[in-house]
Amino acid sequence: MGLDKIASRTHSSVVVLALALSLFAVGCKKKTPPPAPPPPPPPVVTPKAAPTPARPTVSSFTAEPSAIERGQASTLRWSVSGETSGISIEPAIGSVNASGSRQVFPGNTTTYTLTVTGPGGTATSTATVNVTAPPPPPPVRQPSKKSLSEILSSDVQDALFDYDQSTIREDARAVLTRNADVLKAALADNPVSAIVVEGHADERGSAEYNLGLADRRATAAKEFLVQLGVPADRLKPVSYGKERPQCTDSSEGCWQKNRRAHFSAGQ
Amino acid sequence: MKKTTITAVSLFALAIAAALVAQDRIVIGIEKPGGKGSMAVPDFRGAAEAQAQMGVFNQVLWDELDGSGLFRMVPKTSYPLNVPQRPEDWMSEDSRQPANSRPSTGAAAQATRELGRRLRDWSGPPVNATYSPIGYTAVQGGRLVLYGWLYNVGQPDASGAQVLGKVYNSTLDEAGARDVARQFAADILKTFGATSLNGSKVVFVSTRSGSKEIWMMDYDGSNQKPVTSYKSISTTPAVAPDGSKVAFTSFLRNRPEILVHSLLTGRRLPFYNQDASMNATPSFTPDGSEILFSSTAGGGYAQIYICSADGRNLRRITSVRAVEVEPKVNPKNRSEVVFVSGRSGPQQLYKMNIEGTDIVRLTTGEGEASNPAWHPEGQHIAFAWTKGFEPGNFNIFVMDVASRRVEQLTHGAGRNENPTWAPDGKHIVFSRRVGRTQQLYSMLADGSQVKQLTTQGENTMPVWSK
Repeated sequence: MGLDKIASRTHSSVVVLALALSLFAVGCKKKTPPPAPPPPPPPVVTPKAAPTPARPTVSSFTAEPSAIERGQASTLRWSVSGETSGISIEPAIGSVNASGSRQVFPGNTTTYTLTVTGPGGTATSTATVNVTAPPPPPPVRQPSKKSLSEILSSDVQDALFDYDQSTIREDARAVLTRNADVLKAALADNPVSAIVVEGHADERGSAEYNLGLADRRATAAKEFLVQLGVPADRLKPVSYGKERPQCTDSSEGCWQKNRRAHFSAGQ
Repeated sequence: MKKTTITAVSLFALAIAAALVAQDRIVIGIEKPGGKGSMAVPDFRGAAEAQAQMGVFNQVLWDELDGSGLFRMVPKTSYPLNVPQRPEDWMSEDSRQPANSRPSTGAAAQATRELGRRLRDWSGPPVNATYSPIGYTAVQGGRLVLYGWLYNVGQPDASGAQVLGKVYNSTLDEAGARDVARQFAADILKTFGATSLNGSKVVFVSTRSGSKEIWMMDYDGSNQKPVTSYKSISTTPAVAPDGSKVAFTSFLRNRPEILVHSLLTGRRLPFYNQDASMNATPSFTPDGSEILFSSTAGGGYAQIYICSADGRNLRRITSVRAVEVEPKVNPKNRSEVVFVSGRSGPQQLYKMNIEGTDIVRLTTGEGEASNPAWHPEGQHIAFAWTKGFEPGNFNIFVMDVASRRVEQLTHGAGRNENPTWAPDGKHIVFSRRVGRTQQLYSMLADGSQVKQLTTQGENTMPVWSK
């Protein structure tokens, strides 16, 4: 284990750093006389004659905080000591002063390496910033433009019919007239789409006859819309008979809801 | 067999007489239950391992004979204890058991011991039977073998009373017991001129798998299995006269179209659908070569069309500004078509020839009428009608097409629809909705003997096939 491996992830690692530094001081700095233990017999002449230049040291290198969400900042702090000829942090930062701090915005988890070079040698230290992805943003909303299905479910109403009839009632005329404008605009905005005109019936007639009756309702609604300028080739009448009721109670309120022409998005 | 012929002739005369008496009732050739006399069906026993299957056998034999509606069934509790198992078990009227007759026993005790071994023990009170089947089963070569006889117990002696005697065999299990019982019952019914339903199927629509699919079962409700699995809407099935294929309305391509499936391979067969908003309610012509259906191929209202069985060679039959569906061709007379139309207002039954001419309304214009189904003999139709009830409350009716006389078979118990005739012309299967559940039932053509056939999911639109 060595000094170069100092990580500054947590507080405790700072303590480890300090401890390691002191160890380094004990083990390597030959010029400084060790305090407590009895000195060994000094190795004769060489140190005095040509003193080796001290290897530079990294006093500290930290990233705070060490974990961020993407887009947030972390601050790198460092200080180095000793004789240096070059100090740099990679990636993306380059040459720096002997001590300082820098905000970084890494897009992914990044390990920064501080490299110090001097006449006495080289020292490195690393600091890692863990980056997590933030929760996704809400889907992009096209300003003021609804999808065809949205338009059909919010701005287009069902045309209702009398029992066993496919003639367009007065209230259905009003509904279909309003629908026509919405449908024309929606079809102009969605040039490849078609609209399905579904015909439905209540539960009382036979299933077989209701296929024909509901087909009539779909076709009658389509014909009315075409008269109002909705392109005929974009409206597809489909009979569902009484196969897909909107509600299943045996009451006039429910039956009326089921006797309808309904509009849905087609391919 | 001279005897059978004589019996048949006299029964036929009886049927005519009954029909004449019932002039105000519909003349439909359907006798009331018990028209062929009363039937005592003692429990048959099996030798050795065969006995284990006899519970099922006796139940099926009883049900088949009872279900035919031909006989008044005599409850088993009134039968004598001695049941003959083979022809030699019958004692002649005067014979005594010479060896065992001890003077001290007395005539009364002797008679008790022998009760059941003479024909008159079955034809007289309290049994009062006209006919009785006897027999037994045994195991031979690992198979279940049935020895079965039918006796006309009203005859003076056993040698002239035998109507039927035959040997049947099948697998030695419950299915085999069911099988020999059905075969024996079928032969008994045949001697009375009745068509056996053994082997006939009912095709229907069920929601039990989560979507409306075509299903098939034996006529008595057993052996139910799916024909389609499109997970769409499959409805209004029609079966080809030879039972080989089914045509139905499908929403597979998001609009009502006709699909045809083989009932032999289960595969889909080619059918060309017209480019129309609706192609629906198909039915086959009697020879199976063509399909009539309802289509908007000509624009406007759903009308009656005819095409080849593969959808080609389209011809339009009707032309009117009204919804017309459910064309059904008379099985005995290809030119006669009954269909449903809204041309006079609420849906009613109409008749025309296959060229689309001679159109007449069959129902009175009251209520709403639907689901016409031809009787195999081509003189009557069964159908659903709301006459006398609120819209939607259908009941099953039978009409004599020539006279337009009708008879109502169900009477307001739920919503009753889609009647279909059995090949014997005596049974009808139909759907009945009670509350929110709809199930299939069978009944005799006079409305009696109503039996529920299905329980799982919603079950509708039965079609009886061969």
